[in-house]
Amino acid sequence: MGSTVDLKRLTNTLALGALWLAALSTVAVLGTLILYVVVKGVGALSLEFIFTAPHGVRAEGGIGPTIVATVYVTGLAMLIVTPVAVLAAVYLAEYATQGRLVRAIRFAADSLASVPSIVMGLFGFALFVEAMHLGFSMLSAALALSFLMLPIVMRTTEEAIRAVPKYIRWGSYGLGATKWQTVRRTVLPAATPRIITGVILATGRAVGETAVVIYTMGTSINLPVSPLDSGRSMTTHLYILATEGINLQTAYGTALLLMVMILSFNLAARLIVRKNRRIQG
Amino acid sequence: MMDFAPALADSSAQQTKIRVRDLDFYYDGFHALTEITVDVHSNAVTAFIGPSGCGKSTFLRCFNRMNDLIPGTRVKGTVLLDGADVYAPGVDPVDLRRRVGMIFQQPNPFPMSIYDNVAYGPRLHGMKRKSQLDEVVRESLERANLWKEVKDILGRNGLSLSGGQQQRLCIARVLAVQPEVLLMDEPCSAIDPTSVQKIEDLMAELKDGYTIIIVTHNMQQAARVSDYTAFFLQEEAGAAARLVEFDKTGNLFTSPKDKRTEDYITGRFG
Repeated sequence: MGSTVDLKRLTNTLALGALWLAALSTVAVLGTLILYVVVKGVGALSLEFIFTAPHGVRAEGGIGPTIVATVYVTGLAMLIVTPVAVLAAVYLAEYATQGRLVRAIRFAADSLASVPSIVMGLFGFALFVEAMHLGFSMLSAALALSFLMLPIVMRTTEEAIRAVPKYIRWGSYGLGATKWQTVRRTVLPAATPRIITGVILATGRAVGETAVVIYTMGTSINLPVSPLDSGRSMTTHLYILATEGINLQTAYGTALLLMVMILSFNLAARLIVRKNRRIQG
Repeated sequence: MMDFAPALADSSAQQTKIRVRDLDFYYDGFHALTEITVDVHSNAVTAFIGPSGCGKSTFLRCFNRMNDLIPGTRVKGTVLLDGADVYAPGVDPVDLRRRVGMIFQQPNPFPMSIYDNVAYGPRLHGMKRKSQLDEVVRESLERANLWKEVKDILGRNGLSLSGGQQQRLCIARVLAVQPEVLLMDEPCSAIDPTSVQKIEDLMAELKDGYTIIIVTHNMQQAARVSDYTAFFLQEEAGAAARLVEFDKTGNLFTSPKDKRTEDYITGRFG
């Protein structure tokens, strides 16, 4: 009798330990990675690094233009994708008759999200750079990136809209609102925090994207001004510096800055969600 | 089938606001209500009582066609508001709901400021001038007995109020569109007892200007607030519910004519 109980207890302890280890390793991987990049890259960071352009054969100096190009292109992509994704989500969640067509659209969006980004880059190159003669440019890259972001923003928006309680809609209908009035004045405002979260997460994804931008915005280091200017993103810069072994110190500095940007995007998204939860009680 | 309209003909110093004739209601395949005939008087409170699941809320939602929002529902029979069938072709439920306002079981302020909650309806219907809106907001909150409590915090989110205040905010929001009929679907079931008192007092004040219908599972409440009471019952599981008895509240509670009503109000079931 006693030994069975002991065995059970032992199994329990072992199982718990395994679960704990698995959970810990997730955190450990992230922690190690961040630590490694910080240690290797922090030496490169300085105001000069952020604000000046690279110079010399070893790309010394700063990475300023690549930061501008990255922010430029993701900002543009965000502007393009948000209205389209939100309208599509409103249609899917509020207007479309739930059935085979809607399931097909949703499946298409999910599939679009799983297209390898290198394929998306190639497609963006063929469509925007070549066929539409936009050349290697901020615009080409933003359009290609928006394809990548579209399913993310659309699905999170759709879920945000569905999460708005039914009785809030009823309140609006009960006052003699039409469907569109209800959507525009009640449902969308109530869903906005979660929509913003989706946009931020998608933007974080776009900031870190490499394959798509290599094919669509080019690799030349210049300060983009017009949407038709080409440029080099931070990720591309990092890729070139690292693969060609030009300057690893700068590569790690760039990596560190990228991670800081993306982590702060994720933090912002979390903050918005949490603040919103407090208001809604 | 019983017709309760003639039985009350002698007592109609008040006018009939809503006349329901032979109403049947279906959810997809389920027959929920059958052969409902009733007259609702203006400037009075009419209570719908009955055990849960007897279709009283469903019936209430027929008056402002809220059931239209639930796919697969169907209505047979007529609901006449001031003599005009609300289910006639060409009637826009959006216009109807402006005349027939509704308060829900769960207080449901919009996640926006107190002011914007009350101004929501008037703005929908095209009111833009700030001074006009200010006036409507103040008046509506006053009539809902909430003005004193919120006049200095109009910019605060409606959801920050207590449950009872939220419900009065929802009443103010409905009053702001100047409806003729107020439908209240168990308005007190989700709020604290002190607030219940306030809302019951409010109903007594409001009935002079409106036709009020309240659904309640609380018989004491029906007895306290209403002038007329209708008792609904689904006699067996799966069968359509019927209107068993309709009378002045005093008569129904003291000398019910139907055995089933008597059993219900004396607490023998439900």
